[in-house]
Amino acid sequence: MKKIQALVTKELGSYFISPVAYVIIFIFLGVSGFLFFQILSYFNLQSIQMMRYPGLLDRLNLNDMVLFPFFHNVVVFFTFLIPVLTMRLLSEEKKLGTGELLFTSPITTTEVVLGKFFAAAVVIMVMLLFSFIYPLMILIFGNPDVGPIFTAYLGLFLLGSAAAALGLLMSSLTENQVIAVISAWGVLIFLLIIGWAAQSVGPTFGAVLQHLSILEHFQSFSKGIVELKSVVYYLSFIFFTLFLTQRVLDSQSWR
Amino acid sequence: MIEVENLTKRYGNILAVDRVSFRIESGEIVGFLGPNGAGKTTTMRILTGFMPPTSGRAIVADFDVMEKPLEVKRRIGYLPEHPPIYNDMLVSPYLDFVARLKEIDSRERPPEVRRVMDLCGLTEVQNRLIGNLSRGFRQRVGLAQALLGDPEILVLDEPTIGLDPRQIVEIRELIKNLRAEHTIILSSHILPEVEMICSRVIIIHEGKIVAEDQTAHLQASLRNSDRLFVQVGQAGPQALESIRRVPGVISVLPEEKVPGGYRVELEREGQKIREDVARAIVTGGFGLRELKPVGMSLEEVFVRLTTVEGANPEEGGKIS
Repeated sequence: MKKIQALVTKELGSYFISPVAYVIIFIFLGVSGFLFFQILSYFNLQSIQMMRYPGLLDRLNLNDMVLFPFFHNVVVFFTFLIPVLTMRLLSEEKKLGTGELLFTSPITTTEVVLGKFFAAAVVIMVMLLFSFIYPLMILIFGNPDVGPIFTAYLGLFLLGSAAAALGLLMSSLTENQVIAVISAWGVLIFLLIIGWAAQSVGPTFGAVLQHLSILEHFQSFSKGIVELKSVVYYLSFIFFTLFLTQRVLDSQSWR
Repeated sequence: MIEVENLTKRYGNILAVDRVSFRIESGEIVGFLGPNGAGKTTTMRILTGFMPPTSGRAIVADFDVMEKPLEVKRRIGYLPEHPPIYNDMLVSPYLDFVARLKEIDSRERPPEVRRVMDLCGLTEVQNRLIGNLSRGFRQRVGLAQALLGDPEILVLDEPTIGLDPRQIVEIRELIKNLRAEHTIILSSHILPEVEMICSRVIIIHEGKIVAEDQTAHLQASLRNSDRLFVQVGQAGPQALESIRRVPGVISVLPEEKVPGGYRVELEREGQKIREDVARAIVTGGFGLRELKPVGMSLEEVFVRLTTVEGANPEEGGKIS
């Protein structure tokens, strides 16, 4: 446990000493800020228009018209930023030869994988924490339902962690960071669009494909519902990819 | 204590280490000598548990590397060929990180880090970014990392590479001083270095051990012939001729740099012949000034061992 901690501290150190974490967080906040601004101004426009029809004012809802579209738009961009965060974690160790220190130290490959993963998870948390400023504005100047905001954040965190685990797996497979990030994107895109095939393959298999899609499970979170199957999906996704990463690291020394 | 039995490592079709066996007692300093690509690094990587062998057994500090890798790793300090340093870390936090990986507990960590920084002369650069250090300092950071926690076994892959001559002397001294309570394996292709530091040499070539002996013995046992250096007062064709006529002398060559000096090649076991050479010079009245046996340098031993039979050693084409 202490060694995992040491690794997390070290990784966080290199995230925040080098510009990596700052650049990613900056881009994330910039883009999500722009999206938030667009959605909010559209909402303002609509509310001015609806002034003319007092009967329709009930339909104006901050949750449905601002926050839901906001999360819905941010989530894809967010998911694709995560592999950039994780691409160097293991590939760089291999490239620089520092893996030789790591894997000749009395630390197991499981500890290495967990340490790296937790470090990425902490950065994701920091990222999300800063982005909370946008919903916070809504909370200050309006009165939306608080529940869906928190479940959406829980969903974003789970989704981000799943993407980080996947990124870590890809990073373990190559010593080239570009290959690591591109292949993680490839798998993510595949997992995003797999749901589209659901319509064309019949109801039973379609439902299976629907459940495999990583975005599908986020939907309920952003509506304020924490579904057990979605939580289980993300957690098992994380567990499975981390397990594979550990196997990859173990097997690499055998080749 | 390190014991290796029939260690073999294959990378696909390439045989990197071929049935290597050796034994290193506690407190020994053993040098691995061999040209690049001979299998030194691979052997060291197996010993440190970085990669498993294809077949064979390695026991380090009473633990099998394959069965109890963590126990072995706890007792080994390893300096790989390329120092395993993170360029984006400062020197002392880096060493602190490695100390944490090596399970040194928090109270002992700061003095331990200070100790190794002191040993390796890093105190002045402790707050600098490793990426900004010179090659020599990085190498020393790598060495400091291996010394953390005072492991009983040190595996050093070319520890003096990239250092300037003064630093090389310092590091050699440092390694020599560690001799008492550590078992040390170091690899090198710098022969005088191994000659200087190590008590025993294992010469590897193309994955096989070609020779293994005490540094001193190795030179003696590999001499096919004895060599003498002779200096006379009255040099000339006559002197040369009278030396050559001594039975057992194979050849006499004038030494160019020393006036009156000759390099005399003798048949093996030249004790008696030496006396005869001396007598021949004295009776001939050439004025014997100096007569001393010349040992074969490790370089020559090395060339002889690693040059494939039949190849012309002068070309040295087989040694890369």
